[in-house]
Amino acid sequence: MRNFIARRLLYAVPTLIGISIITFAIARLSPGDPIRLFTFGIQDFTQDDYNRLLHAYGLDKPLPFQYVDWITNALRGKFGDSLIYHRDAFVMLLERLPNTLQLASAALLLQLVIGVPLGVIAALRRGSWVDGLIRVFGVAGHAIPAFWLGLVLIIIFAVNLRLLPSIGMLTVGHDQLDIVDRLRHLILPAFVLSLTGIANYCRILRTETLDVLAQDFVRTAHAKGLRERTVVFVHALRNALIPVVTALGGILAALVGGALVIEQVFSWPGVGQFTFQAAIAKDYPIVQASVMFTSTLLVISYLLRDLAYAIVDPRVKVS
Amino acid sequence: MATTTAAMRAPATPIAARPSQSLWSNAWWKLRHDRLTIFAFCVLVVFALLSAAAPLFSEYVFHYRFEQQDLLHTYEKPQLANLAYLLGSDEIGRSQVVRLLYGGQVSLAVGFVAALMNLTVGVTIGLTAGYFRGFIDDAVTFVITTLNGIPQLYLLLIIAALWKPGTFTLIVVIGLLNWTGITLFVRGQTFALREREFVTAARTIGARDRRIMFRHILPNVLPLIFVLAAIDIGAIILLESALSFLGLGIVPPTPSWGNMLTNAVSYFVRAWWLVVSPGVMIFLTVLCLYLIGDGLRDALDPRLKTH
Repeated sequence: MRNFIARRLLYAVPTLIGISIITFAIARLSPGDPIRLFTFGIQDFTQDDYNRLLHAYGLDKPLPFQYVDWITNALRGKFGDSLIYHRDAFVMLLERLPNTLQLASAALLLQLVIGVPLGVIAALRRGSWVDGLIRVFGVAGHAIPAFWLGLVLIIIFAVNLRLLPSIGMLTVGHDQLDIVDRLRHLILPAFVLSLTGIANYCRILRTETLDVLAQDFVRTAHAKGLRERTVVFVHALRNALIPVVTALGGILAALVGGALVIEQVFSWPGVGQFTFQAAIAKDYPIVQASVMFTSTLLVISYLLRDLAYAIVDPRVKVS
Repeated sequence: MATTTAAMRAPATPIAARPSQSLWSNAWWKLRHDRLTIFAFCVLVVFALLSAAAPLFSEYVFHYRFEQQDLLHTYEKPQLANLAYLLGSDEIGRSQVVRLLYGGQVSLAVGFVAALMNLTVGVTIGLTAGYFRGFIDDAVTFVITTLNGIPQLYLLLIIAALWKPGTFTLIVVIGLLNWTGITLFVRGQTFALREREFVTAARTIGARDRRIMFRHILPNVLPLIFVLAAIDIGAIILLESALSFLGLGIVPPTPSWGNMLTNAVSYFVRAWWLVVSPGVMIFLTVLCLYLIGDGLRDALDPRLKTH
C-alpha cells in the first residue's frame, strides 16, 4: 500500500510540471510586451531604460531560465502582484477560496444525498414509473445548461415569488454570521451546480445496482432465505457504492469548472468569478495563480480518488 | 429454467422472428424499434433543417432580418398577431424567433465541426497509443493527464481571453482540447483488440501496422465511436453556450443560443421570454443528442442486451 501511494505521488509530479509549463506559457504567449505596456506614455523612456528593465525583471534570459525563475517563485506562492489591484495575486486568490469551497461542498453534499438514493431506488423499482422518471431526469439533468437553469430559477424564486435572494453570499449590511441568511443565498447556486452531478450519480448508481443485483452472490443470499432488506442493504449496496468513489474525480473536476459559470450567474464572490474577471482584464498573475492552484487541487483530488478506490475495492491491484 | 421458457415462447415473440444478421443490420433493426431514439433524431433533423433554412424563413415567413432593429417595438411579448414577434422581441426590437433560427446555425455548426475535429484527433491518437504502447503511450497518457489536470473551463477561458474570440477560434480551441475522453476510450479498446487472434492472423500474413490499425482494429471500435460522437456534440453545444454566455465564444452581432442569453440577463425582469427560448433550444438539442447517444449504445453494444 505504501508503495502504491508513493508511486501515485510520483506520477503526479510530471503532471504538475506539465500544467506549470502551460500556465507559464499563458503569460509568454499573450500578445503585448509587458514592459512597453507599463511604461506606455512615459516621455523620456529610452532604449537603454528598456534594456535595464528587461534585465531587472529577468526577461532577457532564455525562456527555460525564465521558467525556472517563475516556477521557483510559484512554488513559494509568489505569482507576483495583480496588475489591477497591486496586491499579491495568490493572497487575493486565497481570500476567495473559502467562498468557492462553501459552494462546491454544498453542491457535493446535495449530489451524494440526492443522486445516490435516486439511482438505487430506480434500480430497485426497475421498470416502474418511478424508474422511468428517474431515468429521464438522469439524461435531462446532463442536457440542461446549468447557467441557464440558474437564470430561470432566479426569475422564478427571486423575481416573481420573492422567496430567495438572487445574488451574492449574504445580504449587505446584515449580520455576517446569520446562518439562515447565508443558507438562503446558498440554496439556488448550490442546487444548480449540483444538478449535473446528481444526474451523473443517478445513472451510475442505477446501472451499477442492476449489475450487482444480477450477480450470483445476490442470488445465493436470496436462496439462503435472507430478508430482502438484508440482501439489498448489506450485500448488494456495499458493492454498488464503489463507483460513488470512482466517479468522484470527474465530479470534482466538473464542480470546479462549473463553479466558474455559476459564480458568474449568481455573483458569488469565489475563485471562479475572480479568475474570470482577471482573464477578461488580462491580469496574468491572478490567472496564473488561479490555474496553478485549481489544477493542483484537482490533481490532488484525482490522487485521493485513486487511493480511496484502492482501499474500497480490494480487487484493484496495489502493485 | 429461464432459457427453456424463453425458447418455448420464442416463436410468438418478434425477436425470434428476425433472421440473424450482421452487427450493423442488427443495430438498425433495434434502432427502428426504439421509438424514443427515432423521435429524438427527428426533432434534431427538424431543428437542423429550420436553422439551415433560416434565411428563407426570415425573408418569406417572418419578413424580418436577424440584425434588423425596430426601436418602436422593443420588448414585444410573444404573440401571434405579428409573426416576427412570435417569440417576442428584445431590447432593440430584434425578432427573437429569427435570431433563434440563425443562432441554431452557429450552435449546431460549432458542435458538429468541433466534434469532427475531436474525433479525428482523438481516434488517431487513441489508436496509435493503444497499438504501439511503450513510449508513445506514455507520452500520450502524460499529455492527457496534464490536460485533464486543468479544469476545462479555466483552460478554455484563458485561451479564449488570449486569442480574439470568434466562431473560428472557438471551433479550433474546443476541437483541439476536447479529445482526451475519446482518446482514452479508443486507447482502452485498442489495448484489448490488439491481442485478439484476428490481429495476430493479419500480422502473420504480413499486414503493416497502419493496415492493422485502420482496417482491422478501427472497424471494431467504430460502433461505439458513433455513441461518443453524439454525446460529444451535445457536450460541445453546452460548452459553446456557456463560453458565449460569458462573452468568450461567439461574438455579437452573430447570434448564437449562448450569446443571446448574455443580453437577456440584463433584461430578464422586463422580458423573461428572452431568457426562456434560447435555453429551451439548447436543452432540447442536447437532450436529443444524448438520447440518440443512449439509443445507439443500446443498439450497437452487444454486451448491453440485458438492460
